[in-house]
Amino acid sequence: MQIIQILLDRREFFLTCLLEHIRISLTAVVCAGVLGIVTGIFISRHKKTAGVVLGIVNVIYTIPSISLLGFLIPFTGIGNKTAVIALTVYGLLPIVRNTYTGLVNVDASILEVAQGLGTDGVQLMYKIKFPLALPVIISGFRNMTVMIIAMGGIASFIGAGGLGAAIYRGITTYNMTLTAAGSVLIALLALGSDWLLARAEKAVSRRYGIE
Amino acid sequence: MNKAIEIRDCSAAYGDNEVLRHVSLAVEKGEFIVMIGSSGCGKTTLLKMINGLVVPTTGEVLVNGERLADGNLVAMRRRIGYAVQGAKLFPHMTVEDNICYVPNLEKKMSRAEKKALSEKMLQMVELPSELAGRFPRQLSGGQKQRVGIARAMASEPDILLMDEPFGAVDEITRRTLQEELSVLHDRTGITVVFITHDIGEAFRLGSRILIMKDGGIWQEGTKEELLRAPKDAFVERLIGGWHTE
Repeated sequence: MQIIQILLDRREFFLTCLLEHIRISLTAVVCAGVLGIVTGIFISRHKKTAGVVLGIVNVIYTIPSISLLGFLIPFTGIGNKTAVIALTVYGLLPIVRNTYTGLVNVDASILEVAQGLGTDGVQLMYKIKFPLALPVIISGFRNMTVMIIAMGGIASFIGAGGLGAAIYRGITTYNMTLTAAGSVLIALLALGSDWLLARAEKAVSRRYGIE
Repeated sequence: MNKAIEIRDCSAAYGDNEVLRHVSLAVEKGEFIVMIGSSGCGKTTLLKMINGLVVPTTGEVLVNGERLADGNLVAMRRRIGYAVQGAKLFPHMTVEDNICYVPNLEKKMSRAEKKALSEKMLQMVELPSELAGRFPRQLSGGQKQRVGIARAMASEPDILLMDEPFGAVDEITRRTLQEELSVLHDRTGITVVFITHDIGEAFRLGSRILIMKDGGIWQEGTKEELLRAPKDAFVERLIGGWHTE
């Protein structure tokens, strides 16, 4: 009840934080999505690089988020830019891994038939491999999105906006209700995005007849 | 120039394992060649050499007089139909998109063109046009195989390569498909190279039968020639299970 009350009382503050959170997360989702899918396609075509690239992305993933933000400050300063870079780098693992896994696990006999029928390399990727790998890629995209939204809360510690600002303010002023309200909104945003993307995943699978 | 396919002294290997040894074969236009032999004898490798999926370690392959190694392989493959066991239809495409796949690779087809072509091809393989909008998972084994043949034939290829295309369907459907393929061959005059494990199927379909063994062509001839003068006990055993129908 207290959470609802504070959300209503300070709705303008929360709305600003929410929109800022969506803006930061969406920018990072787009950047990580594009970079991750392109990288995943590249390493699926040049398999010798896959081990190294996935290894690097894995190592980055193990760095504590607050440390990564700290490492970036000397180069990119404080604020939203650093937050977007850190979230993008963190978001890479699920999307690179799922794009790679989806593409390399497409049935080899289907690919051979496609080649035998006269499909060139580019057509093989966009007509056969990518559509067949799409459910796995979308699944990685879902993980990435939820992770970025959830981790976006920490960005306020380096001066970025978003719902983390409400959590941070709650901690520093011993206002647990404020912290809880910020956390609940982040959780709802993450769950809502996951639900939307789950529907998209299902729709794509149905569209491509590969349920 | 009446040769559709020429294989000149070709060998092939997977790593250290040599699966074809100095094979030569000439196929006249319009012939229906059937390859038969035990598993691992090199039939599929020989077939895949014709559309360049397997590159020979020695010798050369010519299709319609053109060396595969010199030509545009992608363009040449579009002139060679390819159908395999289980059809291997593209699961994310409808029957219509599967059938129009090869023509659509060359030139983006309009909706009307696709509809017209898929209707024509479905009619050719004796399937109702209502199937055009279905996905492969919604088809029976026999229907998939027919669509696979329609896809292979849609670009009006000069040559049709078929690797045990009827291997995964029941006996009744298999007989029907064999009859349909035979009629199709007579009507279009297309050159067919067909692999089977079933000697009855080989005798029913082939104008020439190649018996393969140990990475080479062991004996070749018409049904009558093979029945009259089998080369050895292996060929006798292979054709022994066949009864006059």
